[in-house]
Amino acid sequence: MPMLGIENSIMDDSNDWRNAAHSTGTSIMAAEFDGGVIIGADSRTTTGAYIANRVTDKLTKVTDHIYCCRSGSAADTQAIADIVSYHLNFHGMELGEEPLVEVGAAIFKELCYNYRDSLTAGILVAGWDKRKGGQIYSVPIGGMCVRQQVSIGGSGSSYVYGYVDANFKPNMSKEECIKFVTNTLALAMSRDGSSGGVVRLGILTEAGIERKVILGTDLPKFFEG
Amino acid sequence: MSSIGTGYDLSASQFSPDGRVFQVEYAMKAVENSGTVIGLKGTDGIVLAAEKLILSKLHEPSTNRRIFNIDRHIGMAFSGLIADARQIVEIARKEAANYRSQYGTNIPLKYLNDRVSMYMHAYTLYSAVRPYGCSVILASYDENEPQMYLIDPSGVSYGFHGCATGKAKQSAKTEIEKLKLGNMTCKDIVKEAAKIIYIVHDELKDKNFELELSWVCKDSNGLHVKVPESVYADAERAAKQAMEADSESDTEDM
Repeated sequence: MPMLGIENSIMDDSNDWRNAAHSTGTSIMAAEFDGGVIIGADSRTTTGAYIANRVTDKLTKVTDHIYCCRSGSAADTQAIADIVSYHLNFHGMELGEEPLVEVGAAIFKELCYNYRDSLTAGILVAGWDKRKGGQIYSVPIGGMCVRQQVSIGGSGSSYVYGYVDANFKPNMSKEECIKFVTNTLALAMSRDGSSGGVVRLGILTEAGIERKVILGTDLPKFFEG
Repeated sequence: MSSIGTGYDLSASQFSPDGRVFQVEYAMKAVENSGTVIGLKGTDGIVLAAEKLILSKLHEPSTNRRIFNIDRHIGMAFSGLIADARQIVEIARKEAANYRSQYGTNIPLKYLNDRVSMYMHAYTLYSAVRPYGCSVILASYDENEPQMYLIDPSGVSYGFHGCATGKAKQSAKTEIEKLKLGNMTCKDIVKEAAKIIYIVHDELKDKNFELELSWVCKDSNGLHVKVPESVYADAERAAKQAMEADSESDTEDM
C-alpha cells in the first residue's frame, strides 16, 4: 500500500514495494495566521522503500474554503476526503451558505472514528469561515478531533515538534507564516526518509485558496552535519 | 360551508374542483379554536407568549404547557391541538439532536424550519393521514442573531419579526404592528407581549387563562428558558395595569 508517511520499520525492504500499500510517509502541517490559515505538505508517496510518486498533492480540496492535509494510507484518505466533500457540498446546498470548518471536521471525525479499526488516516482539516475565521482541526488515527492554532502530522512531524513550539507565534503576518511553514517542512523532510520532494503550500483566507510550490532546489538549507 | 356534502373534504389527498384541499382548511379551523400565541423579535432575542386557556379549575397550574424547548437555543410555541403539537415537538427535538451529533454544532433554525415544514407538509398529501391540527412558532438566538418562523398546518412557513396564531390572531397582529420592534430589547418586549395577550383575551367567552412567557436572548445567554419569575411578575403587573387603565378610560367615555 502506498503510504503517506507512516512507515513500518520492521520490513524486509528488498521487494516490499510489490505488496506494500501506497502510503503518505509524510510531513504535513497547518498554522493559523492573521486572516486565515496556511497548510503545507511534502510531496512523497511511498510503497515501502520505493517512491511511487515524488510530486504528490496531499493538500486536498473539500469545499472552496475547506481543505485537508492527508497522511496515512493514500487510498483511505482519498476515499474519506471524497465522502466528506460530498456530504459538505450537499449540506452547503441545504443550508444555502458555505459550510463551517468545524462541521467539516465533525464529519471527518465521525468517519475516522466509526471505521477506526479498518482505516489508517491522520488528517488535518483546515479552512476559513465567516463565523470563526481561519481554523485547524486535527483528526489523528483513532478519530479524535481537536482544534489547534498550529498542528503537524505524518511521520516527519516527530522531528520538528520542538521547532514548531519554539517558533510559532499567534497572529503572524502571511509572509511570516509562509516562511515558518516552509522552514518546518524543510527540516522535517531532511530528517524523515519517507518525506521529501517539493513543498506544497495553500493559503486559505476569505478569498479562497492561493497555492504555492517550493521546488526541492529552492528549499531553505539548514545544518546537515 | 360550501365544502360539506361535496365529498371533496373527506381526504387530504384530493383537490376540490376549485383547487382547494379542504382537510387542510379544517386543520386551520382547529388552530383558530385555540388560545392565542405570539412571537416578537427584538434586537437582542425573541420573546414567546401564550394564552393558555384553563378548561377546568381542577387543573394544576403550569401543566400542559404550550411553549417547549427543542434544543438549548431553540424554543417552540404552538396553538391548536396539544397532542398533535407534542408530536411535532418530538420530531423537532430529534432533528435538532441528530444535527448536533452529526455536525457537532447548533442546528441553524432555517434548517430545522425546513425539516419540520416538510414533515408537516407530508401529512397533507396522503389519504390515510390527516394534517396536523396545529401551527407552531420556532424561535432561536444563535451567534447573536435572532430568528423566528411560523409553520401552518399546510406546511407553509415564513420568517417573521412578529407573528401571531390562534383565536385572536387578527387583533394580536394589529397590536404587534403598533410596536417598533426594530429598536426594542427583550426586556421591554416581554411587557408588551404580556399586554397583548391580556388585551386580546376574550373574557366573555373564555373565563380563565394562564399567561406563559419564554425568551431566547442575550440576557438568557442564548438559551431558551421561561422568563425569570421577577420579569414575569413585572410583565403581568404591567399588563393588568394597562387593562385597568383601559377600562377606566372606557367608562369615562360613557
